[in-house]
Amino acid sequence: MSARKLGNFVRAAGSYLLLIIISICCLYPALWVVLASFRPGKSLYSKTLIPEVFTLDHYRELFTSKSILFGQWYMNTLKISVLSTIIGTILVLLTSYAVSRFRFRGRKTALSTILVLGMFPGFMSMIAVYILLKEMHLLDTHLALIIVYAAGAPLGGTFIMKGYLDTIPRSLDEAAKIDGASNLMIFSRIILPLSRPMLTYIALTQFVGPWVDFIFAKLVLRTKPNWTVAVGLYDMVSSNQNSNFTVFAAAAVLIALPIGILFMFLQRMLVDGMTAGASKG
Amino acid sequence: MAGDSSIFRRGEGLEMKHRTVAAWLSAIFAGLGQLYNRQFIKGILFIAVEILALFYFINNLGTAIWGTVTLGESGSHFEKVNGIARLVPGDHSINLLIQGLITIILFIIFVIYYVMNIKDAYQIGKQRELGVAANNFKGTLQYILEQKFAVAFLTIPGIGILFFTIMPIIFMILLSFTNYSAPDHLPPAKLVDWVGFDTFKNLLTLKSWSHTFWGVLVWTIIWAVLSTVTTYFGGMFVALLIQQKVVKLKGLWRTILIIPYAIPQLISLLVMRNMFNGQFGPINQYLAYFGLGGLPWLTDPFWAKVTVIVVNMWVGIPVSMLLIMGVLTTISKDLYEAADIDGATNYQKFRIITLPMILFSTAPILITQFAGNINNFNAIFLLTNGNPVVGDYQYAGATDLLVTWLYKLTLDQNRYNMASAVGIIIFLIIASFSIYNYRRTRSFKEEDMIQ
Repeated sequence: MSARKLGNFVRAAGSYLLLIIISICCLYPALWVVLASFRPGKSLYSKTLIPEVFTLDHYRELFTSKSILFGQWYMNTLKISVLSTIIGTILVLLTSYAVSRFRFRGRKTALSTILVLGMFPGFMSMIAVYILLKEMHLLDTHLALIIVYAAGAPLGGTFIMKGYLDTIPRSLDEAAKIDGASNLMIFSRIILPLSRPMLTYIALTQFVGPWVDFIFAKLVLRTKPNWTVAVGLYDMVSSNQNSNFTVFAAAAVLIALPIGILFMFLQRMLVDGMTAGASKG
Repeated sequence: MAGDSSIFRRGEGLEMKHRTVAAWLSAIFAGLGQLYNRQFIKGILFIAVEILALFYFINNLGTAIWGTVTLGESGSHFEKVNGIARLVPGDHSINLLIQGLITIILFIIFVIYYVMNIKDAYQIGKQRELGVAANNFKGTLQYILEQKFAVAFLTIPGIGILFFTIMPIIFMILLSFTNYSAPDHLPPAKLVDWVGFDTFKNLLTLKSWSHTFWGVLVWTIIWAVLSTVTTYFGGMFVALLIQQKVVKLKGLWRTILIIPYAIPQLISLLVMRNMFNGQFGPINQYLAYFGLGGLPWLTDPFWAKVTVIVVNMWVGIPVSMLLIMGVLTTISKDLYEAADIDGATNYQKFRIITLPMILFSTAPILITQFAGNINNFNAIFLLTNGNPVVGDYQYAGATDLLVTWLYKLTLDQNRYNMASAVGIIIFLIIASFSIYNYRRTRSFKEEDMIQ
């Protein structure tokens, strides 16, 4: 009995030790960048992890500097991501509602088309989309990004959303139909409220996109005042890697904070979304 | 007698007539059949669409076909105007190709519209023969909303996908059959030509290209396997660690370990790139503190590969952990109790109950993750940029995956035809995995083995 107790104790101690080490590994990069953003000076190198003096200069610089228009980039990104989230989520809902609830000619084809299209690497279409936007005189506008992000949403989200909608019993629709509800009413009164968890997931993934896309956004947005934060941040790193690290750190914190908080709040749904996306065909 | 029969025949003729007349009228000019069927608003709308379409296609269709077939006939060249040589802009092959493509897609849509217009006139004509009055405009709208709801709903997303995904993909597939590439075939200065399968041939057989291609492909596969396996089993390990009975404060640990997942990859990978910086980064600083020499984390081909795998574990383990924790809660306690009664050890319980259950429920996700890792652009590009450069590779580095190579070929080197060929090959690889996966999940669902 006591041998077993000892065994348990060793096991518990070992587990806690491992967990602590893993936790440190998880937290350290985040902690390091947060602390770096408060550190005076500009360099990547610092003697100690915790700075001797804390300063808010780098945050101030982000919003006052002539070359880093962070405030404006932030607003640009917010605008683009809110609008593309709204439009994109509506498009995903429309597509998935249609393919989940209705049987029509070409449904199977539509589904497999979406599946196959999602397998092409995104960069392949970039040049063509670029020329298309040029023809439409939309280069260097935010509208271009909103359109492209929203139009791409159904490719990523339809299967996940459809899988979820399939789990809402059809008898609900049928009962409503007998009571004389139109398709639009069924959609807005029954499907929409019931699919809220998955809707949140789709909307969140859609929302994060513009904050982290530094490739397509850079291709489209040619002038600095029009940039998004991701383009600005990548530019900071690629153009002058070590010279202004602390300002980069401050910018990184300001971008990661809102998105990180959103993710923490919604983690349950994120897992559900991932599982649904992979296992529902 | 004769009169009777002729009246009878005329009546029959009239009945026949509605559908044929309407269909023929619509075939002559969209909307006429609808007007004949007394659907005036619909008819006028259809006519308007046809007029617009005629204007557009008369002006463009010829050019579009000429443009796609020839890709332009004259490059920019000097021409003598009043004795002074002047640069005359030539045909821009790529713009011609893309405009041609758009026009052809629009034309296909128009043809579909035209056929539907004839069918519609025929159907309504048939209805009228049966004595059913044709819908008025409001009725038509209602009919669409109730009976053709799905198709109507799909139109808007469909158009978006058509122009922003399908058209670009067709365009890029076409590009791989041209010689659109730096330095000799870049419009507007030079023309681009169709070259058939030459690009693929060069990619696979021309020494300089094939060496790069096979090298990058092999590393892509090694990377995909290693990164998937490390994150998956790493995540499983952490999940099992937290789920033990002896561990208290499960929620707290879980929250801490999820943090890497909550930070956008753009940020965390750029931060990591700085942390692993060979000269000033904190990692080497700590190694020096413990009296160890710093490692060339991002600049040596071997260590760069190690670094991307390790950093990817940091990024990927939390996701696997969350997934597997979800599975663990669904495994019934009875199984473990039964195993206890049989005197199973912890290891036996893990091997016989836990592991198969986890593998079974997460297998599709595992394959999805594997396919995702083949295309894991962020992890490589943000961390190493594909570097360190390998001397005898064509524009690729030691850690470049096919996708990042594709990116470099397109945006840095303007080797569009090669990039498209690489893209098609990536697609073939991913597609075969996904289709396998899709089939498998379907068969699993039907079998319903475990639940």
